[in-house]
Amino acid sequence: MRITQGTFSYLPDLTDEQIGAQIQYALDNGWAISLERTDDPHPRNAYWEMVGLPFFDLHDAAAVLGEVRAARTAHPDEYIKLNAYDARLGRQTTALSFIIGRPANEPGFVLDRTDESDRVIRYTLRRAAAR
Amino acid sequence: MAGDEVLLDLDAAFRDSQVGEVLAKLDRELIGLAPVKARIREIADLLLIDKLRAQVGLNTEPPPLHMSFTGPPGTGKTTVASRMAEILHRLGYIRKGHLVTATRDDLVGQYIGHTAPKTKEVLKRAMGGVLLIDEAYYLYKPENERDYGAEAIEILLQVMENQRADLVVIFAGYKDRMETFFASNPGLRSRVAIHVDFPDYSAGELLEIALLMLERLNYAFTPGARAAFAEYIDLRLNQPQFANARSIRNALDRARLRQATRLFARGGMVSADQLKLLEADDIRKSRVFAAVRG
Repeated sequence: MRITQGTFSYLPDLTDEQIGAQIQYALDNGWAISLERTDDPHPRNAYWEMVGLPFFDLHDAAAVLGEVRAARTAHPDEYIKLNAYDARLGRQTTALSFIIGRPANEPGFVLDRTDESDRVIRYTLRRAAAR
Repeated sequence: MAGDEVLLDLDAAFRDSQVGEVLAKLDRELIGLAPVKARIREIADLLLIDKLRAQVGLNTEPPPLHMSFTGPPGTGKTTVASRMAEILHRLGYIRKGHLVTATRDDLVGQYIGHTAPKTKEVLKRAMGGVLLIDEAYYLYKPENERDYGAEAIEILLQVMENQRADLVVIFAGYKDRMETFFASNPGLRSRVAIHVDFPDYSAGELLEIALLMLERLNYAFTPGARAAFAEYIDLRLNQPQFANARSIRNALDRARLRQATRLFARGGMVSADQLKLLEADDIRKSRVFAAVRG
């Protein structure tokens, strides 16, 4: 199951060229870019692990694009996303965030159904084990 | 025959690239340095022609753009490098046109595994622009085979070769030491195609530089001070550790200090002219003159 989330979740995966253009847009706006990875892309999992430190003082997308490629080869079996943080006073939030790397085989989620008292049924979304 | 040939207007291409503007600025900002300016102009011409060739489909390899600037300190290497970045940017050889200056400290780490991230960090900042490595020969210390400088050079080489479209590296330093540096790093030598040598300034040029600096700072010499400063330059030229324009700048800063002390010692009212003018005495109190007197 192809998991989507973030800014361009409704689009097919961006090509490197398109990612480069997005990075350049972020840099031109003065946003700091960082990479994060996880093996648990559950929508409630907000805590992804950082891939290296965030990048500051950059001017050109080629520098970040190199890191993007390096992160993909280093973590081929995990989801990797790119965040651009807008530090301006009044915003101070992630301005752009999209997935730039995903495992070849995406197990997706399992829906657990639990019967409770009084015929109440609860549903839980659980990460499927990779097979 | 000539009818179906595509003709390109060289002058229009030159105007469109707005390189002339940068070259004129270079002329204005830097006194003397005729050979350097001529060399920069040559390089700009070559790059422009290469661009036109690409336009008519005469595909060539992108010209190797890594450079070495050699010359004594204070001869404008950094200034020329930042102009070069502008020229390359206007001709479309680099995407951003900013200048990042680095020395050994910025590139080489202190323990194992520290060098590569440091060098890569600097390279990343320079992407899309020009990386100026000042006193590049300190990167390579042949007397210590465990020195991490070699590692930095290796990473530099890799990026210089593989990411030629992303950044241009300029090595700067004294001429003789740069030559030994290149001689002991043949990989570097073969990748640095453009060599520009910066000559020492003459006394007359140094005086002109001083006047230009004063103008920018909104100061002026009295006629006496001007003569005194010309004498000062002649004396200073023969002293050790003379760093051309940088020494001149420092001398002027010290003269400004003495002017302020003089004005305060006198006290009372002061006019705008008095605030602006440096007098002969402000120059002659320098220790350079003291050495002659004593």
